[in-house]
Amino acid sequence: MEAPVPISRSPSPWLFRYATLVALATLGLVCIGGLVTSKGVGMAVPDWPTSFGYGMFALPLSMWMTGGVFHEHTHRVWASGVGLLVVFLTRWTAGHASRKPLAWVGLIEVLGGLGLMGVNPLWKGEAHFLLGIGGVVLAAAAVGFRNAPAPVLSVRLAWAAFALVQLQGSLGGLRVVLDSWAIGGTTGGVVFGMIHGCLGQVFLVLVACLALSLSRWYPTWGRERSEVPGARWVFLGTALVFGQLLLGLWMRHQHAGLAIPDLPLAYGQWWPRTDAESLLRYASRREGVDVITALQVHMHMLHRINAVLALCSIVLAFRASRAHSRGHPLRRLGTAWLHLVTVQFGLGLLTVLTDRAADIATAHVAVGSLTLVAGCWFCWSVGAHRVHRRGPVTDIVSPSLPHTVPVR
Amino acid sequence: MNHTLKIAASVAVLAASSAMAGQISGKIKLNGEAPPAKEITPIKGDKFCGALHTKPVMTRTYVVGADKGLANVAVYIKAGLPAGKTYSAPASKPLVDQVGCVYEPLVTAAMVGQTVDIKNSDPFMHNVNCQAKVNKGFNFAQTTQGQVNPRVFDKAELAVKLICNVHPWMAGYVHVFDHPFFAVSDKDGNFTISGDLPDGKYTVEANHIKAGVVSGEVEVKGGKATVNLELAVK
Repeated sequence: MEAPVPISRSPSPWLFRYATLVALATLGLVCIGGLVTSKGVGMAVPDWPTSFGYGMFALPLSMWMTGGVFHEHTHRVWASGVGLLVVFLTRWTAGHASRKPLAWVGLIEVLGGLGLMGVNPLWKGEAHFLLGIGGVVLAAAAVGFRNAPAPVLSVRLAWAAFALVQLQGSLGGLRVVLDSWAIGGTTGGVVFGMIHGCLGQVFLVLVACLALSLSRWYPTWGRERSEVPGARWVFLGTALVFGQLLLGLWMRHQHAGLAIPDLPLAYGQWWPRTDAESLLRYASRREGVDVITALQVHMHMLHRINAVLALCSIVLAFRASRAHSRGHPLRRLGTAWLHLVTVQFGLGLLTVLTDRAADIATAHVAVGSLTLVAGCWFCWSVGAHRVHRRGPVTDIVSPSLPHTVPVR
Repeated sequence: MNHTLKIAASVAVLAASSAMAGQISGKIKLNGEAPPAKEITPIKGDKFCGALHTKPVMTRTYVVGADKGLANVAVYIKAGLPAGKTYSAPASKPLVDQVGCVYEPLVTAAMVGQTVDIKNSDPFMHNVNCQAKVNKGFNFAQTTQGQVNPRVFDKAELAVKLICNVHPWMAGYVHVFDHPFFAVSDKDGNFTISGDLPDGKYTVEANHIKAGVVSGEVEVKGGKATVNLELAVK
């Protein structure tokens, strides 16, 4: 008979620290990805998963350090690192019982890679990608440490992150490989680039929520029987921030960031005209030769209006959070959220005023991501309070669960 | 006797071809004051590209020469060619070079099926990302100095954009035509379209990457014609 593995009701503080490291590494990845788009260097390395025919980790330093290759290849290597961290985070969070599913997934990926190589030698790169991630997953499955799983919610989040990180890596590859494909009036590069960017934000939120669920504070959040004032502003604010990120994403990939170069008016009007003559006049103010479309102008205006709405919602959520006692997590979160959105608003203005300087535009993406994370945490904690007001907390660790289960 | 016949035949062919050859020349002028060129500052900031220049590298959106002549304008016959006639691609190979982290020339013209040589003259890598809308796009790396990659465009398309993502300020344009009657204006805005162009009336169009398009009518008589066109600053 094998030794029982204890169910962990309070995860190891080291697991929380490791999850925090993964979340920070993901934030770093979002920043580098943002820089790649800001600088327009996404296609500096024309092939994937190889780089100029070299393996991911075998690119000569002299090539890596050349112009936009530095940003694009660093993004790839960093993403591989995050993938590695997430696979082992899954193994750690889901405990000893995760070995079997991990082994199956790893095996399928390795066999898939070998199969690809057998079907068509030209798919060697894609095959190596599958062999690489499959190998990492198998390595995680091989870790024999008999650790207990974290609470159910954390385990589910970890498996979701495990799936998403692999999907996200593949989308990043498709963005390169299908760059010139025509898809619905645009190109594969734009379509997959936008999906990749959106999923990157979702992945960051997921990993940040996983880290929060593993923290020592999270279980206490829903315990205080307090009113939750302003919850609707929290949900509305978060939805608006997410919408704002989607609008921003579209603008970045459709080069609409400077469709309107002045503030606070737009070409001296509250809502700029978009007839052919006006659009030509706007384009003539640009140094470059690219045209400005009516859609770019309208999306830019929507981004501005949505920014004001999001700011107002977050200010109201902040005001409501002041009703909590000093030191209460929701009060702190409300303050942090307000600070973030204020900085974000300023960065948005600076992005326009600096002619979309790459570092400012990237900081705008990074702080936007943090604003979304804070909003999601806020929604989650407000939701936990609302659940708690209706009855006992059941989503963290069910008291009815046995303290030990046998490991097969 | 046989030798004499051959010479006579050659002379006859030459005479016939010169009678068929036509030429449209002229000048493209810019109406209005072009905005001043700006320095491409990222070149200075790049340690490899910056090392290749001793003077600031300026943008070339409007290159205006003597008497307001506008350079880098593609000039071509838009209408008037015999319907249904097909033309074979010239054997010459236009060169698109990357020198000092800029495309040289900025604007090139080629015919469908004609080979365009894309070269990297810099001692470090570039990638050539073709953002064609009608033709098939491509993206390849040129990692060594002197590397030449020939490419052929199989459909007519104006201003096919070539960019380098390693150095994202780099852009060049290739105009692709389904006939050989085209030219690119020189630094003073002068151009000459020549070839197997019969006498007749034609519409000539001029296309500039920023100033847009303007066209004019011209009649080729005795194998020659002149047309001057004017583009407004936009």
